[in-house]
Amino acid sequence: METLKIKTEETPKKTKMKITGAEAIIHCLVAEGVDLLYGYPGGAIMPVYDELYKFQDKLTHVLTRHEQGATHAAQGYARVSGRVGVAMATSGPGATNLVTGLADAQIDSTPMVCITGQVARHLLGSDAFQETDIIGISTPVTKWNYQITKATEIPEIMAKAFYIAKSGRPGPVLIDITKNAQFDEFEFSYQKCTAVRSYKPVPKPDIPAIEAAAALINNAKKPYIIWGQGVILGKAEKQLKALIEKAGIPAAWTIMGASAIESDHPLNVGMVGMHGNYGPNVLTNECDLLLAIGMRFDDRVTGDLNTYAKQAKVVHFEIDKAEVNKNVHADIAVLGDSRETLELLLPFVNENKHEAWVNEFKKKYEIEFNEVIQKDIHPTKEGLTMGEVIEEINLASGHEAVIVTDVGQHQMISCRYAKFKHSKSNITSGGLGTMGFALPAAIGAKMGAMDREVVAIIGDGGLQMTIQELGVIFQHNLPLKIVVLNNDHLGMVRQWQELFFDRRYASTVMVNPDFVKIAEGYHIEAKKVSQRKDLKATIQEMIASDKPYFLEVKVEKEDNVFPMIPSGASVTDIRLK
Amino acid sequence: MKIKWFTISVYSENNVGLLNRISGIFLKRHINIESLNVSKSEIDGVSKFTIVVNTTEKWVHNIVGQIEKQIEVIKAFYHTDEETIYQESALFKIASSLLFDERRIQNIIKENNSQIVTVAREFFVIAKTGRRNEIDEMHEQLKPFGIMQFVRSGRISVSKDEMQITALLNEFYQDK
Repeated sequence: METLKIKTEETPKKTKMKITGAEAIIHCLVAEGVDLLYGYPGGAIMPVYDELYKFQDKLTHVLTRHEQGATHAAQGYARVSGRVGVAMATSGPGATNLVTGLADAQIDSTPMVCITGQVARHLLGSDAFQETDIIGISTPVTKWNYQITKATEIPEIMAKAFYIAKSGRPGPVLIDITKNAQFDEFEFSYQKCTAVRSYKPVPKPDIPAIEAAAALINNAKKPYIIWGQGVILGKAEKQLKALIEKAGIPAAWTIMGASAIESDHPLNVGMVGMHGNYGPNVLTNECDLLLAIGMRFDDRVTGDLNTYAKQAKVVHFEIDKAEVNKNVHADIAVLGDSRETLELLLPFVNENKHEAWVNEFKKKYEIEFNEVIQKDIHPTKEGLTMGEVIEEINLASGHEAVIVTDVGQHQMISCRYAKFKHSKSNITSGGLGTMGFALPAAIGAKMGAMDREVVAIIGDGGLQMTIQELGVIFQHNLPLKIVVLNNDHLGMVRQWQELFFDRRYASTVMVNPDFVKIAEGYHIEAKKVSQRKDLKATIQEMIASDKPYFLEVKVEKEDNVFPMIPSGASVTDIRLK
Repeated sequence: MKIKWFTISVYSENNVGLLNRISGIFLKRHINIESLNVSKSEIDGVSKFTIVVNTTEKWVHNIVGQIEKQIEVIKAFYHTDEETIYQESALFKIASSLLFDERRIQNIIKENNSQIVTVAREFFVIAKTGRRNEIDEMHEQLKPFGIMQFVRSGRISVSKDEMQITALLNEFYQDK
C-alpha cells in the first residue's frame, strides 16, 4: 500500500535475497550511509544486535551507558556533520529513555533516526515484559514515527524514516520494530525514498515575495538581520554572508545559529535573546526592517511579543510554513530553503553601507563591554569567572574548536564569548534546554568530526546527569576535552532565585563529589584549577593534549550572567546588572 | 480576537496513529475538541477528519499549520460556519408506550422533520439530522417524556469553496 504513496530511487538491478528482518535493518542502515550508531541492547532488540555483531566491519556500534546518552550522542554527531544520527534501544525502559533526546532533537530540528525493539506482535497490548507504547509516547516529540510489525515493511519504512528525518526542516523519527518482524525472513531489496505524497518538505520559492523583500531591503535605512539554525541546516552560510556584505546589514544570531558566520566578521554584531548582547536586543526595537532568516522567534529571543520590533517591517525567511505568523507577524514571508531563497534574493539587492546604523551597534557594544564584558573576561576580582575560562579556550584553540555546551549559566557565557571560525561549531541544547546534553553530545560531535578539536563545557549540575558517559570516552579513547565550570550551584536557577525569589536558594546548592577522582576512575587525565595563575597554562596543556582530558575549574560561586532580559520583559528592558 | 466556531477539515493518508498525532496538537495547546468525525473522503484511500473548535482565528490558523505539517496530512483547511454546509445526526431511544400515550410526541417528530427508524415492542428510535441547535431543541422537547438513550454524531461538513486535493495529489504523480 505504501508503495503508491512514496517515490523511490530507481535501481537498475534489483538484487533480491532472503534474509531476516534484523539483518535487513543493518542493510538499510548501510544503504543510507550510516557507519556509526549509538545504543544499548536489551531483550526486544537482540536479533538486531546479533546482526550488528556480524557486520562490525560495516557498522560501528557505540555502547553508551544510558539510552539518553545514545540520543544526545546521535544529535551531536548529526549537528557537527550534517548527517542523520542514529540511536538504538530496546523496548520498555530502553525506549522511554530516548524520549528526552527525541524531544530535544524535535525542538532543535536535528535529523535523527531512533530504532527501538518491541515485543512480538501477538503480545502487543498484553502488558508483556518490557512492553510500552513508545509510538503513543513519542508521537508529540517526533517528526514521524511508525511501528513495524511485519518484516516485509522494513525496507520501505526505513527508507522513509531517513528521508523524513533529513529533508525539509529536519527532525527525529522513531521506528519501533516488533521482535517477530526482526526474526522473520523475506526477500530483501532496498530503494532510497525520494518523496512522500502527503509531505512537502521544501516550499517552492515565490519570486514576487523575494522581489518584495528586496525592495524593502533596498529602501530600508536601518535594516537588521537575525539568523538562526535554518542557515546552518540549509547550508546557506555563504549566501547569508554575501547578503550582509552586499547590502551592509548588521546581523545577529540566535544561539542555534551561532558560528554560521565567523565571530570576527565586522557585520556580525552578536547574539540576541535573554542573555544576548546589548545592541542586538535593544536595536531590535529601533530597526526599520527586520530580516529573520531561519529562526522561529522563540520566547527566549523575543521577550514580550507585544513590544517586539513593532516599529519594523518583518520579512521571515522560513522553510516551515507553520512558523510564519506563529509568534511574530511577517509582512512578507519568503518560504523555502534558505540557501535557495537567499541565492535568488541576492541579484535584486542593491549594494549599500549603513555606516551610521552599524555604528549604533558599535556604540552599544562599547557600553556592554565597559559594564559587563570586561569584568567577565578580564576580571580583577579574586574568584575565577566563567568568561575568562572561555576566553582562554578561544586563545588556546585559535577559534578552531567545536564548542559543546550543556544548559545553564556556563552555556550562556559560552555562547556569548566563544569565538568561531567555522560553521556547525556551536553544539548546544537550545529549545529544550536539556541538562545532561553536553557530555554525550560531545562524544557524538567528536566522532562526527575526528579532525576537529571538540571542547565540552559543562556545569557541575548537568555533568552529573549523564556523567556515566565518561565510560564511552575512556573505552574509545576519544581525544575530547571536557571543561567543568564548577560553581557548586545550579547557577542559572540560583541566579533567578537571587533576582526574583529574594535569594531563597531552594535546592540549588550542590554538594559535589571529587570530579577529578571520578574522571581518573575512568582513566581520563584530569586536573583541577582554582587559581587564575594556573588557568592559562592548564588550558594550553589541555588543548595540546591528543588524549581525553578532563578539566575542572572552580569558578566564583555566585556570579550572575548579564545582560539579562527578565522573563516576559521587553528586549528594550535588558538589564546590564 | 473574537472566539468563534471553526470547522477544520483535514485530508490525510489512512494511517494508524494519525488521530493520536492530530489530537495531540490540540492537547498541547489546551484546546478542547468540540466535535470530531473521521470518514473516507471523495478521493479513494484518502481520509477526512472534520474537527470543530471554539477559539480565535489566530489559534485556529496556528493549529491548522501544525496539523498540515504532519507527514501524513495531505492538506488542512479551516472555515467559519458561514463558509460551510454542516450537519449533525442524533438518535433518540424512547419507550414505545409513549408513542401511543403521548400524542405530543408524534407532533414533535413531525415538526422537527425527523424519522422513526425502528419500532420494537419496548422502544422506538427517532433519527434527526440538522444543526446542533435544532437537535438541542428537539432534545429539550422530548426530555420531559423521558429519553432512554441519546447520542449525537460529530459535525460533518462540506465547504462552499473548493478544497483542491486531487490537484495536489496529481502534482505528486506528475513531478519527477
